Amino acid sequence: MPLVCLSSPEGIEALCSDLGVDYTDVRILMLAWKLKAEKQGYFTQDEWQTGLKALGVDSLTKLKKALPELEKEVEEPSNYEDFYIYAFQYCLTEEKQKSVDIESICELLNLVLGVQFRPQVDSLVEYLKVQNDYKVINADQWINFLRFCKEISFPDLENYDATQAWPLILDNFVEWMREKQS
Amino acid sequence: MESKTIDFERGWDHVYKGIKQLRRILEGLPEPLFTSGEYVMLYSTVYNMCARNPPHNYSQQLYDKYREVLEEYITSTLSPSLRGKRDEFLLRELVKIWVNHKVMVRWLSRFFNYLDRYFVDYRSLPALNEVGMTCFTDLVYREVQTNIKDAAIVLIGKEREGDRIDCSLLKNVLDIFVAVGMGSMERYEDDFEADMLRDTGAYYSRKASSWIEEDSCPEYMLKCEECLKKERDRVFHYLRSSSEVKLIEKVQHELLVTYIDRLLEKEHSGCRALLRDDKADDLSRMYRLYCKIPRGLDPVADIFKQHVTAEGTALVQAIGAASNAPGVQEHVLLRKIIELHCKYMAYVTDCFQNHNLFCNALKDAFKVFCNNTGTDSSSAELLATFCDDILKKGGSEKLSDEAIEETLENAVKLLAYINDRDLFAEFYRKKLARRLLFDRSANDDHERSVLSKLKQQCGEQFTSKMEGMVTDITLSRENHAAFEDYLRSNSAAHPGIDLTVTILTTGFWPSYKPCNLNLPTEMIKCVEVFKGFYETKTKHKKLTWIYSLGTCNLSGMFDQKTIELVVSTHQAAVLMLFNTSDRLSYSEIMDQLNSTHEDLVRLLHSLSCAKYKILSKQPDTKTISRSDYFEFNSKFTNKLRRIKIPLPPVDEKKKIVEDVDKDRRYAIDAAIVRVMKTRKVLGYQQLVSECVEQLSQTFKPDIKAIKKQIEDLITREFLERDEENPNTFKYLA
Repeated sequence: MPLVCLSSPEGIEALCSDLGVDYTDVRILMLAWKLKAEKQGYFTQDEWQTGLKALGVDSLTKLKKALPELEKEVEEPSNYEDFYIYAFQYCLTEEKQKSVDIESICELLNLVLGVQFRPQVDSLVEYLKVQNDYKVINADQWINFLRFCKEISFPDLENYDATQAWPLILDNFVEWMREKQS
Repeated sequence: MESKTIDFERGWDHVYKGIKQLRRILEGLPEPLFTSGEYVMLYSTVYNMCARNPPHNYSQQLYDKYREVLEEYITSTLSPSLRGKRDEFLLRELVKIWVNHKVMVRWLSRFFNYLDRYFVDYRSLPALNEVGMTCFTDLVYREVQTNIKDAAIVLIGKEREGDRIDCSLLKNVLDIFVAVGMGSMERYEDDFEADMLRDTGAYYSRKASSWIEEDSCPEYMLKCEECLKKERDRVFHYLRSSSEVKLIEKVQHELLVTYIDRLLEKEHSGCRALLRDDKADDLSRMYRLYCKIPRGLDPVADIFKQHVTAEGTALVQAIGAASNAPGVQEHVLLRKIIELHCKYMAYVTDCFQNHNLFCNALKDAFKVFCNNTGTDSSSAELLATFCDDILKKGGSEKLSDEAIEETLENAVKLLAYINDRDLFAEFYRKKLARRLLFDRSANDDHERSVLSKLKQQCGEQFTSKMEGMVTDITLSRENHAAFEDYLRSNSAAHPGIDLTVTILTTGFWPSYKPCNLNLPTEMIKCVEVFKGFYETKTKHKKLTWIYSLGTCNLSGMFDQKTIELVVSTHQAAVLMLFNTSDRLSYSEIMDQLNSTHEDLVRLLHSLSCAKYKILSKQPDTKTISRSDYFEFNSKFTNKLRRIKIPLPPVDEKKKIVEDVDKDRRYAIDAAIVRVMKTRKVLGYQQLVSECVEQLSQTFKPDIKAIKKQIEDLITREFLERDEENPNTFKYLA
């Protein structure tokens, strides 16, 4: 298997163009997940080799063909949450970093949830950008975004109960939405 | 006694003669009573017929004869006299024959007594008394029981309508019901009481339905009270005491329970109206009537709470709308709230007997409006200011000591209703500091008394810092004496100025911004001298100087006369610059003093633009600008020889609120950790309610603030959300 020096962001960019995929495409993230890549923008030799074996491919062309299957695999309910959490952790670039800035979170939401939950993501991203209470989002809040999309009926938000343990940011989001709607 | 067998016929003959004699006596015929000799004979005859071996043992026959005799007596003599009689006549006759029957049974039993001793037990047969009772029951009682029950109830009905009845007759009749039960109250209860109660219920139901239409609430209640009393009397006079509870319950049900809503809600005379018109007697009656009824007081307490809440809210709004000067307005508000509190506390104590329901109703009502003052200042701040006004010099000199004590006591009571108790503590502490440090406290005793009241109400922790402050002042005085001694024995060290230093224990006192003001040399020397002294006392403590709290007496050598100026240390520092310079610009002063702009503007303003112009300013405008110039105003004079130049304090309100908010975050954080450490795993809602409970003594936490802290603790990895159940949290050791 090539020789592409993957231990660098440029390497990954090159890989992306070879695959015909934009490097901001969610499928790269899925690939990273499959490879269990630890550092954002980098694939180590080990990760690369182990991951490709898991995909059952040994050439770029085969890799390209395997991407749709990879998508399906990620979307399986048993994997999806794992992938979702992985997406967040992948953004923790500094050591001891626990939270991700709002900008990045908005992008990530678009990328990861945008297809399945477009209206929720649009509203949520809009809210995140205008609010002032939070400058970063932590893992607990992140995982609850997914839960929110899955459990709460949208856009009426009827079954949302603020007296439950939803993170405060979602309480505030719902309040903001309700005000907008009235 | 002859101990020989006796022939049944002969024996019975003898006994029967005695029985016939007995019957004649009972009929009222002139018959001599039994002599003891005759009695003994009869007894012995029976004995002889029983205490024998068979076949001369006639116990069974005698036992049967006993019954026969009684039955014969009843059917031939007693029962006939009942027939055809009704109502009261029936009752009277029944009592009469009952008495007769009892006598017959008593005497017969005496004659046949030997049977009771052995035979009855041996054969497990009813005793003679019982037999007597059974005969009466079967032959008399069963026939007439319905009629006598009805007749008795009719009598009771008449009495209720106001007629006088023969109480002892009724009592005797009811005794029969009881006796017939033979040890159990079943006959009394089933054959009389049940219907009596039903009749009572119907009676009062009728009465109530017309009274409730016609009468006002107080009138209705008076009637109820009277009826209840009469029913109790009834029990006392002739009913059995076991009937009391059921009877009263029935009456209460018909009169009070059925119509409770209509009664309490009567428009012009119901509970609300009584409260409005201060009808203490009627309210007391209402309490008395309903306190015995389960949940009877709930609606009354509810109306009480609504009433007090409405009054309090109206009060707050009225004063908010009035256009007095702010300080006055708030003082008035608190006074009025205290008055309201005293008024309704009196209701709780006098009318409602300090019942829990009403204590809580009062508390809940006050909590509603005491926390919303409708002004910029929170009620916590208002209350602290109110206390400060009373405790400081010139605040309440016109009031007597008792009046002051009472007002303070009432003020402290209000604290129980204010949610932000910690905010009050902070404001109170700040004001206490000013009183103590600037010697503005009017009376030490009152100060200490308030602290002890606060301690009682809110716990030791609430007042520990404040008490520390008071102690510091006392200690400082002692310390000062030691300092004076030190100066005397080290005359070279004397700074040449009278110096008093108050040492404050950090932690007790509010936090003060330290400042790096450049002091004049004279003051620096003072500081050094005191430092030297202090080091002789202890090397372990560090002194930080807070000049903003100091006072200075300067001699102002004005042209006309020298006037003593009482100023703050900072003001003094500014003024003393003019000892060496005639004229200074704002920036020059700024440089020399090393103050902040904010502080300097305040200082200069107080010295050149306020009431006393110690410095003259160019240009002579009303505000300080950075291009101004200042000179010592030698032309200044005043008729007093000593004046105080006030320095308006910075508005600390915002800072105090911020400080308290910060403390609250810590408190919430600590409470969450405490709870989770014990419980390890806990649902969100329970966690919240336990935190609120823990913090309730000090303040009422905002639920959102608790949520925020939980999130913070998740980030700091003290807690985590349970994977299975997102509403549950786990403690991470």
